[in-house]
Amino acid sequence: MTAAATSRAYLDHAATTPMRPEAIEAMTEELGRLGNPSSLHTAGRRARRVVEESREQLAEVFGARPSEIVFTSGGTEADNLAVKGLYWARRDGGRRRVLTTSVEHHAVLDSVRWLESAQGAEAVWLGVDAEGTVRPEALRAAIAQAPERVAVVSVMWANNEVGTVQPVAELAAVAHEHGIPFHTDAVQAAAQLPVDFAASGADALTVTGHKLGGPVGVGALILARGIEPVPVLHGGGQERDIRSGTLDTPAIRAFAVAAAACAQRRAAEAARLAALRDDLVRQVLAAVPDAVLNGPPPGERRLPGNAHFSFPGCEGDALLMLLDANGIACSTGSACTAGVAEPSHVLLAMGADEFRARGSIRFSLGHTSTQEDVDAVGKVIGEVTDRARRAAAR
Amino acid sequence: MAALRVLAAMSGGVDSATAAARAVDAGHQVTGVHLALSANPGSYRTGARGCCTLEDARDARRAADVIGIPFYVWDMAERFRRDVVEDFVAEYAAGRTPNPCLRCNEKIKFAAVLDRALALGFDAVCTGHYARIRDGALRRAADRGKDQSYVLAVLTRRQLAHAMFPLGDTPKDQVRAEAARRGLAVADKPDSHDVCFIADGDTRGFLARRLGRAPGPIVDVSGAVLGSHDGAYAFTVGQRRGLRVGRPAADGRPRYVLDIEPATRTVTVGPAEGLDVHEITARRPVWTGCLPPAVPRECLVQLRAHGDVHPCVAWLDGDLLRIGLRRPARGVARGQAAVLYDGDTVLGSATISATG
Repeated sequence: MTAAATSRAYLDHAATTPMRPEAIEAMTEELGRLGNPSSLHTAGRRARRVVEESREQLAEVFGARPSEIVFTSGGTEADNLAVKGLYWARRDGGRRRVLTTSVEHHAVLDSVRWLESAQGAEAVWLGVDAEGTVRPEALRAAIAQAPERVAVVSVMWANNEVGTVQPVAELAAVAHEHGIPFHTDAVQAAAQLPVDFAASGADALTVTGHKLGGPVGVGALILARGIEPVPVLHGGGQERDIRSGTLDTPAIRAFAVAAAACAQRRAAEAARLAALRDDLVRQVLAAVPDAVLNGPPPGERRLPGNAHFSFPGCEGDALLMLLDANGIACSTGSACTAGVAEPSHVLLAMGADEFRARGSIRFSLGHTSTQEDVDAVGKVIGEVTDRARRAAAR
Repeated sequence: MAALRVLAAMSGGVDSATAAARAVDAGHQVTGVHLALSANPGSYRTGARGCCTLEDARDARRAADVIGIPFYVWDMAERFRRDVVEDFVAEYAAGRTPNPCLRCNEKIKFAAVLDRALALGFDAVCTGHYARIRDGALRRAADRGKDQSYVLAVLTRRQLAHAMFPLGDTPKDQVRAEAARRGLAVADKPDSHDVCFIADGDTRGFLARRLGRAPGPIVDVSGAVLGSHDGAYAFTVGQRRGLRVGRPAADGRPRYVLDIEPATRTVTVGPAEGLDVHEITARRPVWTGCLPPAVPRECLVQLRAHGDVHPCVAWLDGDLLRIGLRRPARGVARGQAAVLYDGDTVLGSATISATG
């Protein structure tokens, strides 16, 4: 184990990614200005204009209409609003079932669990295959058990841990066979894949700013016309009464600028990241031959910047600590309050045993990633896993 | 001393925070770790009770921020439950009086944590214990009132070789003052007392929930039944309060718990003289301050945490340690540690298994 490294390699872009300079500039500019976008006077209207232009910009990026964009404080809030709000809107007439997958982000997972424990919902957990994919047939079969009882279906566009890209358009179509609204958490997908709301057929879609180079604290729920969730936040009636609260004009502006920059470069970036990621995989497997790459093989079914490994005989948190001491930032994929890592629910859902689920590390690349970042991992991963293995085998 | 890679165990209290800071000042490469030991961590510390709540974890994290060291949380809850909590309950069920802090040092802090630290490339574990290490042996701290050598005496020489106690030479009130000077918010935090995993301090209630009703007789030294109890675990040798026998002793003098016999759940009570112990047998001796004594050796023995020291003679009888007290001691309970001292230096430690 080396001394505290002065150079740092950041491979945790799935957790958050550096804010783009143009977004920082736009936000800083706006921070110096005054006006509540809900106010009717000149100052308010000026701010309102910034919000509406941002809305239009985001709508264009995500293949939606401006009127379909509802600003929130981020991805978690948007997921909560979609899952809870659509359940509440639909549960009359015995529609108590919520269909979702066992690999969702906790913002969806825990919302569904809460609906089940406190709101009389019945959760149906769709299984995934060994790569983490939900098959449309599985969804169809689950709905078919009692289609008139299903309130909402939620399946994420791309998995934040192992990078699996779901067949969203097909899944939405299956849900629509019975007129059931389909929500998708596209928080991870939006940064690296072309996310087109209209083309996907989804009724509700979550995106957030800080995963694509915008600020933390702002996101959006994109809602198709006619889809009206019961609000979570009541108050001043902003965002068509769907989401009350003063709009964060500077953050919204930065979100839009970041999304536009991201979209402009996405295709080239995706290719660049995929190449870096593939090299990372090659280097890791060369240094640790028994490491296992979790999730789909590199290709169109996997997020281009995502590499997720299980290292047999190691504990994830020991690996994390050793990599951190070597100046490398990455993740075990699962956060929690006290800072104690839990076994990945995603891996468990994919059929991994608890040891594999505990011995994993996620490396995720982003717009500032370089070959040096990849090489930094390749250089130390062998000795790090050796040590972690020794620490576990006591 | 060469710069070492030191793992500083940080409970969220002022002692471990200051110890970590001193390790940094001494030139070591320090990493802070908070041990998550509770299966159900409470959100907040309630005064001095309990430990390792989420608030404690946060206090430890903030101290690490101020000190400027990396910080992680290690989940040791399952091992703690097994090695400390379950042992605690089992000892009471067996009619003994355990010391869980001792067990935690022996099995968790300087075993599970130390072993993991060494495997990960650290050289030592640093804690805020009040004790000193000299020439590989353990010595009392300068602050006699806070001295914790008694609960550390169970450590082996190997464990001590990888331990670091930066506070051993400093009185507690100076440590608090130093913490304040260093800008550590925990300078004013009250010390935790009682058993860390019994947050409400109600040991009897905790044991009653774990062991249930286990009634038995309360007898006098002649064996005459004086009353009954609902669980022998509620008693400890030397205890005077809570006997609930109903009527006073014939001689009007207070009664004390003299013995707890677990198989029949019999609690024997009697006069104070009945508590006098002249000889002690102890198991599993650990020798750190001397070689196992081939011939009987004059020394001092301490029989409970913050207890008095008693002049004695100690000798080995096979695997057992025999201790002959120069003058009788009272309140000696099976399950507690007998720690032998030569002046301030710990010679060794063993678990009391029989008294006479």
